[in-house]
Amino acid sequence: MPLLMPSPEPEILARRDELLARLSKILPEQNIIADETARRAYECDAFTMYRALPLVVALPDTVPQVQAIMAVARELNVKVVPRGGGTSLSGGSMPLEDGILLGMSKFNRILEIDYENRCARVQPGVQNLAISRAVEHAGFYYAPDPSSQIACSIGGNVAENAGGVHCLKYGLTTNNILGLEVVLMGGEIVRLGGKHLDSEMYDLLGLMTGSEGLLGVVTEITVRILRKPPVARGLLLGFASVEDGARCVGAIIARGIVPGGMEMMDNATVRAVERFQPCGYPIDAAAIVIVELDGTPAEVDHLVGVVEEIARAEGATTAKVSGSEAERLQFWAGRKNAFPAVSCIGPDYLCMDGTIPRKRLPEVLMGMDELATKHGLRVANVFHAGDGNLHPLILYDASKEGDSERAENLGADILRLCVAVGGVLTGEHGVGVEKRDLMGEMFNESDLAQQMRVKCAFDPSGRLNPGKMFPELHRCAELGMMHVVGGALPFPDLPRF
Amino acid sequence: MVLAPGDEEETAEAILAANAEGRPLKISGSGSKANLGRPSIGEELSLRALSGVALYEPEELVLTAGAGTPVDEIEALLASRNQHLAFEPIDYGPLLGSQAGRGTVGGLVAVNASGPRRIKAGAARDHLLGFRCVAGRGEIVKSGGRVMKNVTGYDLSKLVTGSFGTLAALTQVTLKVLPKPETERTLLLIGVEESIGLSALRKVSGAPLEASALALSPKGAAPLRLDKNAAAIRLEGPEISVAQRLVDLRDLLKPFGGALEILDVVRSTALWRGLRDAGPVAELKGQVWRVSVAPSDGFAVVSALRERGTPILGHFYDWAGGLVWLCVQSAADAHASALRSVVDRFGGHATLIRAEADVRAAVDVFHPQPPTLAGLSKRVKESFDPAHILERGRLRAEF
Repeated sequence: MPLLMPSPEPEILARRDELLARLSKILPEQNIIADETARRAYECDAFTMYRALPLVVALPDTVPQVQAIMAVARELNVKVVPRGGGTSLSGGSMPLEDGILLGMSKFNRILEIDYENRCARVQPGVQNLAISRAVEHAGFYYAPDPSSQIACSIGGNVAENAGGVHCLKYGLTTNNILGLEVVLMGGEIVRLGGKHLDSEMYDLLGLMTGSEGLLGVVTEITVRILRKPPVARGLLLGFASVEDGARCVGAIIARGIVPGGMEMMDNATVRAVERFQPCGYPIDAAAIVIVELDGTPAEVDHLVGVVEEIARAEGATTAKVSGSEAERLQFWAGRKNAFPAVSCIGPDYLCMDGTIPRKRLPEVLMGMDELATKHGLRVANVFHAGDGNLHPLILYDASKEGDSERAENLGADILRLCVAVGGVLTGEHGVGVEKRDLMGEMFNESDLAQQMRVKCAFDPSGRLNPGKMFPELHRCAELGMMHVVGGALPFPDLPRF
Repeated sequence: MVLAPGDEEETAEAILAANAEGRPLKISGSGSKANLGRPSIGEELSLRALSGVALYEPEELVLTAGAGTPVDEIEALLASRNQHLAFEPIDYGPLLGSQAGRGTVGGLVAVNASGPRRIKAGAARDHLLGFRCVAGRGEIVKSGGRVMKNVTGYDLSKLVTGSFGTLAALTQVTLKVLPKPETERTLLLIGVEESIGLSALRKVSGAPLEASALALSPKGAAPLRLDKNAAAIRLEGPEISVAQRLVDLRDLLKPFGGALEILDVVRSTALWRGLRDAGPVAELKGQVWRVSVAPSDGFAVVSALRERGTPILGHFYDWAGGLVWLCVQSAADAHASALRSVVDRFGGHATLIRAEADVRAAVDVFHPQPPTLAGLSKRVKESFDPAHILERGRLRAEF
């Protein structure tokens, strides 16, 4: 089923000139993009299947400007879509034809680095990797490392609760931020947390993280920075079956070891990677696992020995330990190239993002094979094995009639399978527009109504990033009155937009 | 009369009926934290019967239990598989004048419990993967899941953690559990000024030593009872790693002066259990505050209070100085305005943990918020519980 967005409201479109005039009182001319050709650059984020031309793009560079824009938006009843680096894989910052696209890219300053309290205050447009770069000379880094880290912004990371390959040990964005400054719809400002831990009353800092730009616009972030472990060593393990590999991952954790990273790739991905840029992966292995151990030298040496022993006991056909930093990076090179490598055989791919209980991996992979055959497509798999986050890459050819739709349908079936085995729709990419219509697979109407009521507490007019995350739009007044009985709404046939 | 539903459905019926009549409810587990927060009003809704571990999969690092399950039972089960709740939740019993070991897992989530390992492993908020609850309208709501990584929908787990039951009655919680470290040691730096000891702790926290707890115990404080101040640093992990880091740690601490002493596993465990449960202030007679600030501000807060003449009977620092526990001489206002004005100067919050019920009703137990944030908090409360029936008054007098 093709994706439907709320239809543009004619009364807003009709007032575009008035909106532009009001914005020009807030922002210098070069910070307003009104011209159609220039607006085209913003018509999608990294979820490129659907596009829309924003009504106008506003690029503020001060907090009072953001407040003023939000105040005008409320006054004129115009929608606002916040955007960071534009790397969302779920369409979190996909524009609306009747909405302001609020680009935060000019908020690109690191405001303070406080080594004594191991934190940094940064603006939302700062790139994820730029934080680590700014503190690496002192031996520190910012832990969450999504694979888009050279391009994605920390503000977007907060909106999506971004993860990365080191989550199992070091946590997601939500575990690594201390404070936020947020502008609400209408222009009011709140500060949540700070340099201290666990602000009392409701944990709105935690709620904002992962709220996909539906609750407020983040204008400042206080992140934790960590001391870089003195050494890291990698192991490259190959297995004759996916089951063996999955069992080995479980055995490592059962032994009480939480590696810095633990990644799995299936044979299709391994072959694609080796064709793209050979890095010594065993191409006959059904699955390979990369394990990274970090810490002090004695600890890492000890644990490398233990993991190697576990791997052999679990039937590893290959077990290589990195003898140098260059070799460790080479183990990772293939993993980091996995997406571009797969796109060479694709030629297009759709990256899914379910999380499953790890032990269900073999049956999920088998089920995925069956689904792929049914839809007439192929799937390659990359897997954050430690935390159960699966990234099936659905290969298709966008130039072939019906292929895109087949890919979407297969993706939806795969996510349903993830939920059916006790997993979830998205581990780190967010719901956005991509998984919006699947929310009902995981949540019933009571669950969704409660989430929408929380949205109403922040944005009663529903003007901030509408059409994302929730499959249905309800007016807040209606939600307040509604009582959901037995998980079902009184009007189940309300139209989906 | 106590309402004692036998399961989640009955809990929903009880709340549905109370909501229809605007009848307030106090939610209880074992009652071990009944004296924490502002006194709430209403009929007691006991979730005691919602007890039992529904799922425990050690290799998946996950455990699901009814909200009324005793924490002791969960910890024993985890220990049998060499795992634990890594956030080291405080047992409020001894501090609040009841027995130790009585808390339930629902209560632990409701107060966002944590402990000395907070600086490395997080608090309850960082370990709640998902939950089921009955919100104020009497609706059963679930959120989150049982997997480690999940961004599907709003992270309502964060909201209910630390909400003191004012949003919903938790019926079931799913927690991330972690392997227990193989061993631990604590190094004491004895006989330094408080400010020097605290800067040593901050230095350690910025070094690649993976210290899992950093506290400063002033002279005479329980459970150490030394005649000098002692900065305590805990190292955990495989034996070989702890041994190596102890060597590095000794080198790092040389410039700070003072004597060094290593506590073995048994003494180290006992020390941190005592500090986790606020031992140094729990045993004193007086009102107890818990102050969270940036680590470098902890000492300044205590100094500023002393300058103002606030009668401090005892104190200690955890989280490298970022958490200050204070026992003050009892007063009708619990010295709240002094505490708040000092903490506001630095940024952070002060919570009144132990005081007589009339004092907790009269002063803000939780740190006051600016009007915009207070308004937003109230709207969030009402999004779950529009009639203010759950734990009315527990967090704020106005809801």
